[in-house]
Amino acid sequence: MFDIFLLEAVINGVLLGGVLALLALGLNLVFGVIDVVWICYAELVMVGMYTIWWLFVHYGVPLPIAIAAAIALVSLCGVALHQLVIRPVLGTPPINQLLVTGGVLFFMQAAATLAFGVEFRNLGLRMPIVEVSDMFFSFARILAFGTALVGVLVLWLFLTRTYLGTAIRAISQDREIMPLMGVDPRKIYLTTSAIGGGMAGVAASLLALQYDVHPAIGLSFGPITFMICVLGGLGNMAGGFIAAFVFAQFISVGGFYFQIEWGYVLAFAFFIVMMFVKPQGLFSR
Amino acid sequence: MTGETMLEVRGVSAGYGGFRALFDVSLEVKPGEAVAVIGPNGAGKTTLLRVISKLIAASAGEIRMEGTSLGSVPPDKVVELGIAHVPENRRLFPRLTVEENLRMGAYAPSARARYRERLDFVYELFPRMRERRNQLAGTMSGGEQQMCAIGRALMSGPKLLLMDEPSAGLAPVIVQQVFKLVERIRAEGYTVLIVEQNVQQVLRVVDRAYLLEVGTIRLSGRSEELLASDEIRQSYLGL
Repeated sequence: MFDIFLLEAVINGVLLGGVLALLALGLNLVFGVIDVVWICYAELVMVGMYTIWWLFVHYGVPLPIAIAAAIALVSLCGVALHQLVIRPVLGTPPINQLLVTGGVLFFMQAAATLAFGVEFRNLGLRMPIVEVSDMFFSFARILAFGTALVGVLVLWLFLTRTYLGTAIRAISQDREIMPLMGVDPRKIYLTTSAIGGGMAGVAASLLALQYDVHPAIGLSFGPITFMICVLGGLGNMAGGFIAAFVFAQFISVGGFYFQIEWGYVLAFAFFIVMMFVKPQGLFSR
Repeated sequence: MTGETMLEVRGVSAGYGGFRALFDVSLEVKPGEAVAVIGPNGAGKTTLLRVISKLIAASAGEIRMEGTSLGSVPPDKVVELGIAHVPENRRLFPRLTVEENLRMGAYAPSARARYRERLDFVYELFPRMRERRNQLAGTMSGGEQQMCAIGRALMSGPKLLLMDEPSAGLAPVIVQQVFKLVERIRAEGYTVLIVEQNVQQVLRVVDRAYLLEVGTIRLSGRSEELLASDEIRQSYLGL
């Protein structure tokens, strides 16, 4: 029994999976290398979305330049987050690290409300819809999917082909001996934070094309990003990548059979059940 | 004393927190020499090498490499002075491949330019590493891991190789092979400072040795002399 609407839902799920995979990538990289969870990761995405909106709508800055500026700014936010918040608590119990980045989450929400108000803002762009033999796909999602794949590929090449990338993978395996290799661990942590922030910036530019930005936007993406990372095995980038597509199918196909809200309910229920069955994640290393 | 000194350790004390592991230790290594620091477990041998690499700070004393004081050199720049450290228990990056481990050894900017050349050199020295270059380092046997750890240190193009207990935790047959490796490293012209508990075997491959006990140098001399000395024979060779 061939159902073209089901196929449409599956393909939409794949497209959504690409964006979720990109979101998970930065968080996973930071956790895998520094061993700290940026609970406020989605709020960095929010900063990027507001930056694009502010530059593009208020100052008429061309969109590509606004996007580049947003990526650079969020990358800097990642560095600042590490330097000012993470570094002082690096040696403390994980619960302290969770609480302090959680504090940053609410701080950023409150600061965004103060700066921009609670209104929903959007870029006022109408993205085309692509029709392929009776199936409809959002162009923004296709663009996001393509960018996510390219982003994953570039990051993978960087991590496997360069000295710096190799050091980023090595430091999570043995931090103490890094100076013997001529590596300053502090520089590696800062570079990783800059890349993690940059990934959040890239995600922000893709999401800004599809969604309104408001001070609580992080709550729409933060929990699901975190759950994808946990499901894939925290710090396991390949696992997170696959888990993103699993989650996206629950949302998209679940939404197709019931309602879109049901898709999320099913996805989160699946997460909870998996925590009983395989708490270390589907692909723990 | 004849000839220039490559490494000079003078009056070094060091410890961890309130615990002092080294007391006023002095030693020197001349170019081309192989020198051992022997002594029982917990004597401070590993601490001594870690102080030289600046993984831990000395609380007193001075260390010089070819006349340059290490006092103000940051830990990650020590390798650029020509000191490479093969740490205790090898400490390879287990989930990186052999070749990626070797690449990490060439991380310093000065080493990157000669990466290809040195990689070929290490592969010629240890053909087994070439065969296993795409294997994850953590999946190899202990002896192979030791080869990889030595190769990783050689990738920085060092003048002085610090080796911390290269035979520890290896099967007796492999221990023999590891000491052969040390001899080959010497034959390649590297200066070596090696820390070992395996006194009898290490004294056969080095020129001189220092006996370190409870953080203090108790005895030093040429290998033959130490092998013949009553103190070493009774305490360390069980003769």
